[in-house]
Amino acid sequence: MDIESLTKINDYLWEIPQQGRMNVPGRIFASENLVLGMDEKVREQIINVAMLPGIQKASLAMPDAHWGYGFPIGGVAAFDPDEGGVISMGGVGFDISCGVRTMKTGMTRRDVMPRLKTLVDQFFNRVPAGVGSEGLIKLTSGQIDEMLVGGAEWAIKKGYGLQDDLRYIEEHGRVDGAFPENVSEAAKQRQYREMGTLGSGNHYLEVQAVAEIYDEKAAQAMGLNLDDVVISAHCGSRGLGHQIGTDALKNLAYAVQKYKINIKDRELASAPINSPEGKLYFGAMSAGINCALANRQIITHLVREIFTEIFPEGRIKMLYDISHNTCKVETHVVNGRKKRLYVHRKGATRAFGPGQIDLPVEYKDIGQPVLIGGTMGTSSYILAGTKEGMEQAFGSACHGAGRSMSRTQAKRHWHGREVVRELEEQGIMIRGHSYSGIAEEAPGSYKDVTEVVDAAHYANLARKVARVKPIACVKG
Amino acid sequence: MRNESGQYETFEHEADIGVRGFGSSMERAFENAAGALYSVMVNLQRVGQREKKTVSVSAPDVELLLVEWLNALLSISDIERMVFSRFEVKIEGTDLTGVVWGEKLDNRRHEPGVEVKGATYHLLSVKNEGGNYTAQCIVDV
Repeated sequence: MDIESLTKINDYLWEIPQQGRMNVPGRIFASENLVLGMDEKVREQIINVAMLPGIQKASLAMPDAHWGYGFPIGGVAAFDPDEGGVISMGGVGFDISCGVRTMKTGMTRRDVMPRLKTLVDQFFNRVPAGVGSEGLIKLTSGQIDEMLVGGAEWAIKKGYGLQDDLRYIEEHGRVDGAFPENVSEAAKQRQYREMGTLGSGNHYLEVQAVAEIYDEKAAQAMGLNLDDVVISAHCGSRGLGHQIGTDALKNLAYAVQKYKINIKDRELASAPINSPEGKLYFGAMSAGINCALANRQIITHLVREIFTEIFPEGRIKMLYDISHNTCKVETHVVNGRKKRLYVHRKGATRAFGPGQIDLPVEYKDIGQPVLIGGTMGTSSYILAGTKEGMEQAFGSACHGAGRSMSRTQAKRHWHGREVVRELEEQGIMIRGHSYSGIAEEAPGSYKDVTEVVDAAHYANLARKVARVKPIACVKG
Repeated sequence: MRNESGQYETFEHEADIGVRGFGSSMERAFENAAGALYSVMVNLQRVGQREKKTVSVSAPDVELLLVEWLNALLSISDIERMVFSRFEVKIEGTDLTGVVWGEKLDNRRHEPGVEVKGATYHLLSVKNEGGNYTAQCIVDV
């Protein structure tokens, strides 16, 4: 991105001045180097979002921002329904509430290594993943509606997990405002057999060990010590979420004409939050969030069952569950006044600061854990939300590294089998449902996650707590 | 990367993939775009034609019709656990009827690649250059 066109606020904050039809300025949280590496398209997309009606404060981009559909990936924007604010499918995307859940095991790397192979083989065989995979549970149409309202809480009532798990999920495992009747029949049918499946692409189930601790107090609150083994799952709302996105793209395109919303890009398809079309999408999208939370809850159950079978001395406890790709109703302060806003986070993580009511008591003083996934060969990071992040970015942070190479390029560069061998040599066991999928996900085809995490840290969006390194990974 | 007979190709785009179908008519280009879509998910050469499904979609214009067509196929694939390798499309105005042939997904035979979440409006175009049609868009994976 042409840095000359930006106003530098500080080393980690850059502004696109408000101009033309922009209702607010654009703001990019990143180092100079990251900004220079961003596509011009990102600038264009930040500006397009800034033109949407009812947007508050600024159109934001996180340190990992890259080109997306309508919104940039790493785009954050909040809208006030009372000021004509809109809800946009482009601010959520196809994989509604795709996110990361990290679980503690109560064991160290040394304890786990002797039986790691058995563990990863069992994960591979028993946690459904890959193209067209089916879950162990088949839902009926009545059950699917209950799931869409109940989220992870529904899954626990069905016996998939422990009541205590809910404390460590955003909104305690279920969002309000979900209306199953707003979800199309096709979307529901796509989900009947997909509960408790990982999916494919960049989704994974990973065994990780704590490699470094930056903030001792926060790490203690999260129950993390050096060499502790944790398990992270990255997955989303599966076929149901994809179909809600597909349906919305079409329905909101009509709404844009009906309400004469001036959008620069068809993928910013939006409707006023208070319009019937806006409410329809919000109700369906919220149901999609609950579906993703239920999905990750069922996967947690499978992980717990498998892990404690192999390590009877272990105990799976939740660290936290974060969602990307959401629009949520939250209270934020704008110009000294508290407002209920619709916060879109596309490829961005909620990162609430200390004191927020949604946080479990252990995290009240340290802020919400922010789980940032790396590649299967590099580290992932655990951060904590900050007060400054609440003020400058509606409590949001980055979500991952972002690709540096297209999938096609990656496949030309690497063969899946080679990637597996090289990672095994580095002490990381890989199991995958597709060798071409593994080649596409080769660590070298992603940007350096550390640079992105450091930028989030120095921009005060979230502060670094710990770094974890993969020791085994199952790819979808 | 074009397929051997040159009817379709996928093209690279940042984190996702583009699908592009060629043909002597818009219908053939749409059929081949569907071929490109399934080539992302499986090895098409290995997909048999045991079962037939029909699809009807309409849209305000032919470009949006392409997205509707591809998304309708993704939806059937997910619901029926099927992948398709042969496509026949009829377009009248902006109404499309498609007949597709395929079989139940078999991970051991079909060499799975990556699941497609949805066809998007990005780089969406349906073009006719002297009777050579091209239909393309980016798909979110």
